[in-house]
Amino acid sequence: MGRVRVRLTFPETLVPRPLIYELGHRFQVVTNIRRAHVEEHVGWVVLELDGEEDEIEHGLVWTRSLGVRVDPVTADVVEG
Amino acid sequence: MLRVGGVRTRSLHVLPRKGYRLAYVTALKCRECEREYPVEPLNVCEFCFGPLEVAYDYEAIRKVISREQISKGPQTMWRYALLLPVDGENAVDLHGGFTPLLKANNLGKLLGLDNLYIKNDSVNPSFSFKDRVVSVAITKALEFGFDTVACASTGNLAGSVAAHAAKAGMKALIFIPADLERGKVVGAGVYGPTLVSVHGSYDDVNRLCSELADNYHWAFVNINLRPYYAEGSKTLGYEVAEQLGWRAPDHAVVPLASGALFTKIWKGLHELQDLGLIPTVKTRMHATQPAGCAPIVDAFLNGSRIIRPVRPNTIAKSLAIGNPADGIYALRALVQSQGAACNVPEDEIAEGVKLLAETEGIFTETAGGVVISGLKRLVQAGAIKRDELTVAFITGNGLKTQEAVEGMVHPITIEPTMKSFQAAMEDRQLL
Repeated sequence: MGRVRVRLTFPETLVPRPLIYELGHRFQVVTNIRRAHVEEHVGWVVLELDGEEDEIEHGLVWTRSLGVRVDPVTADVVEG
Repeated sequence: MLRVGGVRTRSLHVLPRKGYRLAYVTALKCRECEREYPVEPLNVCEFCFGPLEVAYDYEAIRKVISREQISKGPQTMWRYALLLPVDGENAVDLHGGFTPLLKANNLGKLLGLDNLYIKNDSVNPSFSFKDRVVSVAITKALEFGFDTVACASTGNLAGSVAAHAAKAGMKALIFIPADLERGKVVGAGVYGPTLVSVHGSYDDVNRLCSELADNYHWAFVNINLRPYYAEGSKTLGYEVAEQLGWRAPDHAVVPLASGALFTKIWKGLHELQDLGLIPTVKTRMHATQPAGCAPIVDAFLNGSRIIRPVRPNTIAKSLAIGNPADGIYALRALVQSQGAACNVPEDEIAEGVKLLAETEGIFTETAGGVVISGLKRLVQAGAIKRDELTVAFITGNGLKTQEAVEGMVHPITIEPTMKSFQAAMEDRQLL
């Protein structure tokens, strides 16, 4: 079992779609929203995912394939 | 190993060294939910995953700090040790900070400003403001008992971490993008760290380093030590206020990358105010970013409270942070201070570098070009008035990014004769 924390950023076209619900149904992962902010044109969710590592990985690959940006909760760690 | 962009939740706990003391730090505090955590190498709240920040006992500090006490301190950033999250007596100090604040009459005249100052942080030991944050982080790493420090960088941070680790006698691992300019590789490698050149996209490097930080017992200066590291930037705010005769400027023009520098200058000024060391702060904080990577400025200009990550495409590599960790807090400071924001077109960055060099004799890197061209635009837009006291923050040295202005420098080539010299001068009407 693994646990992963990510920040998902949704483009405008995906803001209305229940993506986190779909993620939990398509893959054997437990989704746990910790923080979120949604506006008309963009939204983000800080999410914890529990499950087998392969399931989490496949779930996030699927999420990315839809156009959602997936980042570590620490944001960029490469600095100038 | 899981390589999907997530961060494992295991945290590393390290026992403090013997003789360790907490200075005036009371706890780490979540910037979102305000939950408190012990003073350990932690950076994320376990409840809401918000970033942690250092909390201080300001009442205790108030009893011992004064303008006189500060002025008797060393001519470095460590004169403000009481307001930093480490024991200043054991600081890993290369003499960073207390850099010149120069009245910029020539540039001011050209831009229409009578009270313009340049805070020249390009003259720090490793030639950028990063020496402030790294000096605090490496000192803290030693306090925690780490023997290895690490960072991921495209230049300034790499050099500073390598230099401070050398001074501290610590092992250093520096992760750099595979396509980094040779000058920057040498600028970090000369200090003797382990340099790891990483192939892959910017996002790939970010993900790798997040995983490394959580799986190895290293002091990753801007990850597990980030709450302490970032506090070093407050000293820029302190110094400017002290150098102006214990007052805050009317305007601060600052380059933004992660946004931490911007928020910490703002925090530093307010700490001095709250401790009774300067009058009420009315500084308007102005944000400048290159157009090729301006997620914070764009959010401000669009009236959004969300920082939308971008893929950086700018010559200002030291500002190329597409998903800034402190973006939302910089945005709040920008709004709270009634500041303005400017995204500088890429073709104006080198112009800004040249303008500062030609008017004030200061050779800055591309981030400084963003600040100067941004300042010019802010003045033109009426955000800054002629008589208002304005400080532009120059955070890195131009010798690191010479290629940005290479095309603007054209030496005159002559034969070794007086005739050749005079002919060349007359052709160009220089005599």
